[in-house]
Amino acid sequence: MQNLYDFSILTGAIHESLSRSMSPGWVTFTELVIIGLVFLLFFALLGLFLVYLERKVCAIIQNRVGPNRVGKWGLLQTIADLIKLLIKELIPIRKSDKFLFNLAPFIVIIASLMAMAALPFAKGLHAIDFNIGVFYVMAVSSLGVVGILLAGWSSNSKYSLIGAMRSGAQIVSYELSVGLSLLAIVVFSGSMQLSAIIESQANGWWIFKGHIPAFISFVIFLIASTAEINRGPFDLAEAESELTAGFHTEYSGIKFAFFFLAEYINMFIVAGIAATVFLGGWMPLHIGSWEGFNHIMDFVPPIVWFFLKTFFIIYVIMWFKWTFPRLRIDQLLTLEWKYLLPVSLVNIVVIAFLVLMGWHF
Amino acid sequence: MTEEIIKDVIIGESEDYIVNIGPQHPSTHGVLRFEVCLQGETVKYIIPHIGYIHRGIEKMCESLTYPQIIHLTDRMDYLSAHMNNEAVCLCVENALQVEVPERVKYIRTILDELNRLASHQLWWAAFGMDLGALTTFFYGLRDREMILDIFEESFGSRLLHSFNTPGGLMHDVHPNFQKKIKEFIKYFRKKLPEYDQLLTGNVIFKQRAVGIGPMSKETAIAYGVTGPSGRGSGWACDLRKHAPYSAYDKVQFTECLETEGDTYARYKVRMREMWESLSILEQLVDNIPEGDYTAKMKPIIKLPAGEFFQRVETARGELAVYIVSDGNKTPYRIRFRTPNFSNLFVINTIASNFKIADLVAISGSLDLVIPDIDR
Repeated sequence: MQNLYDFSILTGAIHESLSRSMSPGWVTFTELVIIGLVFLLFFALLGLFLVYLERKVCAIIQNRVGPNRVGKWGLLQTIADLIKLLIKELIPIRKSDKFLFNLAPFIVIIASLMAMAALPFAKGLHAIDFNIGVFYVMAVSSLGVVGILLAGWSSNSKYSLIGAMRSGAQIVSYELSVGLSLLAIVVFSGSMQLSAIIESQANGWWIFKGHIPAFISFVIFLIASTAEINRGPFDLAEAESELTAGFHTEYSGIKFAFFFLAEYINMFIVAGIAATVFLGGWMPLHIGSWEGFNHIMDFVPPIVWFFLKTFFIIYVIMWFKWTFPRLRIDQLLTLEWKYLLPVSLVNIVVIAFLVLMGWHF
Repeated sequence: MTEEIIKDVIIGESEDYIVNIGPQHPSTHGVLRFEVCLQGETVKYIIPHIGYIHRGIEKMCESLTYPQIIHLTDRMDYLSAHMNNEAVCLCVENALQVEVPERVKYIRTILDELNRLASHQLWWAAFGMDLGALTTFFYGLRDREMILDIFEESFGSRLLHSFNTPGGLMHDVHPNFQKKIKEFIKYFRKKLPEYDQLLTGNVIFKQRAVGIGPMSKETAIAYGVTGPSGRGSGWACDLRKHAPYSAYDKVQFTECLETEGDTYARYKVRMREMWESLSILEQLVDNIPEGDYTAKMKPIIKLPAGEFFQRVETARGELAVYIVSDGNKTPYRIRFRTPNFSNLFVINTIASNFKIADLVAISGSLDLVIPDIDR
C-alpha cells in the first residue's frame, strides 16, 4: 500500500528520461535547477498561504472575521499585499552600512531555504537525505541569526540594535534546548537521518512510543523552537510595543518582505521538523491492533499526513502567539537556562537509560 | 540621579545610550516622548517631554462663555469626557447656587459610571497590548462598543458627547436608555470574568506585573498620583466617597484599595472598579426620578465676581476646576488640575532601574491620556 504513493517512482522516471538524452553531469545540473525552481515556487506560495492562515487564525481567536474582501474568503488578500510590497519604495538609510544592510535579508532567507531542503515531505519526496539530517537542519537554521544581527547593526538605529542583540541572546540560548530535545529522539531511533527516523516510527510515533520523556522533549521542542523563530510570546526581537519593529524597523518594500517571508517559512520548517521527529512524519496514524482502522488510514497519501501534522503544530504555535503576553528578556533567558536546559539534560540521561535497558516499545 | 541627568542632558558629555520613545510610538498611546537612558536593557532614568498636543485650552476658555467651555473640556481627557463636562457644570452651578433637579443628578452619575467603564475597558485592552497580548484589545473594544451605542443613541456622539450644560443636560435621554443599560449590565457581568481568564491569572502576565514599578503611598501623595493608580498604593483618594457630588451619596459602593503599589495592584484596582461601577449602575438605573432635565437658567450665564473650585473623580483621578470670575460672561482665568499630568511625572521615580519592557508596562498601568497632560 505504501508503494502506491511512493514519490521515488516519479522522480526515478524523470531521472531515467533525462539520463537517456544527456551526459551525467548535465543530468545532475538539470535536476538541481528543477529542484531549485520547485522549491522557490513552493517557498513563495507557502509564505503567502501562511500569512493568510495566520490572519484567519488570529481573527478567529479575536472574535473577528479576518480578510474577506479580496477574492473568495479573502484568499487573494496576501497576493495583493505582496504586490504592494513589491512596488513599494526602498527607503535608503543615511549613515547605514549599505552593503550589510542589503545583504542581511538574503542571509535570513537563504538560511530558511537551505533548512527546507532537508524536510521529507513524503516517501521519496526529499531534496537531500543526509545521514546527518538532524544536525544539518540545526546548523543551517541557526545561520538566520547572523542575518538578523547584521540587519540590526547595519540599520544604524537604536531600536534595531536592541532588537538584534535581544535576538542574538535568545537564539543562541534556545538553540541548546532545541538540539537536546531533538537529540532525545536521535537516541531513541539510533539515527540522525531524517528518513531513518521516520522509518523507525512505522509501528508507532515516538511521542507515543517514547513514554513520558519523549513527550517532555516534544513540549520543550515546541517552546524552544517558538523562541528560536522569534514568534510570540517570545517575539522580543521585534517587540512591537517596545521597539516598534525591532531589527527590521528600517527595512521597507521587498527587503522587509524577505524578513516577513523567512519568519513564516521558519515556522513551517520548525513545525515540519516536529512532525517528522515526534509525530511520525508522513507515516499514517496507526492504532495498535485495529486492523480495519489502520487499513483505512493507509489510503490517505503520506504527503497529506505530513501537511496535516505540520499545520496542526503551526496552529498551536499561532495559538501561543495570540493568547500569551510577551516575556521580558531576563525572564526569557531564565526560562531557558534555569528550567528548559536542566530538564532536557536530565531527560536525555533518562532516555539513554531507557534505551540501554530496552524499555521503549 | 540628578547629577547624571545634568551631565547627560545639559552639559551633553554623556556616553550613555539614550533612546527616544515617542512622540510616535505604539506604547505611549499618543504624542508623548520619553527620553530614556539605557544601560543595556535597564532604564537608568526617564525624562518625559510633553507639549506635542498643547492647544492652550485654558487660554482659549478665557474668551468663551461657560456653555462653550464645556465643549473644550471634552478634548482634554477624551476617555472621561462626561466627567470633564460635569466638573465645569458643577462649578458653575455652585457659583450660581442653582439647585439641579434630582433626575439630572441621577443621569449624570449613571453616565459617569458608564464612561468610567468604557474607559477602563479601553485601558484593559491597551494594557494587554502593551504587554504583547494582542487579543485583549479586541475583547475590550467589543464590550466598549455596547456602551458607545448607548451614548450614541442618547447624545448623537460616541466619544466627545458634550451632553452637560450648566444647570442640567442638553436634552432628555432616549426612551431606550434604561432598557439598554440593563441589557449591558447583564451582558457585561458575563463578559468580565473572561477578562480574568484571558489575562489576570496568566503566569507570564503575573511575572510581568507583580513587583514591577512599586509606588509607595508616600510617593503617591508627594506626586499627587490620584485615581486608580494612587489607590493601588493604598491612598484612599476616591472623591466619589470622600467628597460626594451628584448622586454618589445615594449609592452603596466600596472604595477599591490595594496596598502593594506595583503594576499588578494598579491593574487589580481597575478590575475591581469595573465590578463596582456595574453595581452602582444597577442601583441607579431603576430609580431615575421623573422631572425636568434641566434647571431654569438665564440665557446668558454670568458668574458673580470671585473664585470657584470643584473637584470630580474621572476615570484616571482627580480633576479640579478653578474659575476666577470678574462678573463677566467669560471667566477671567480658568485652570484645570488634570490627573494625568501628576500621574505621568511619577514615572521616573517608579520605573528607574527596571527593564525597558517594564517601562512600557508601568506607563500602561498608569493609564495615561496625553491630551489631558498637555491641555
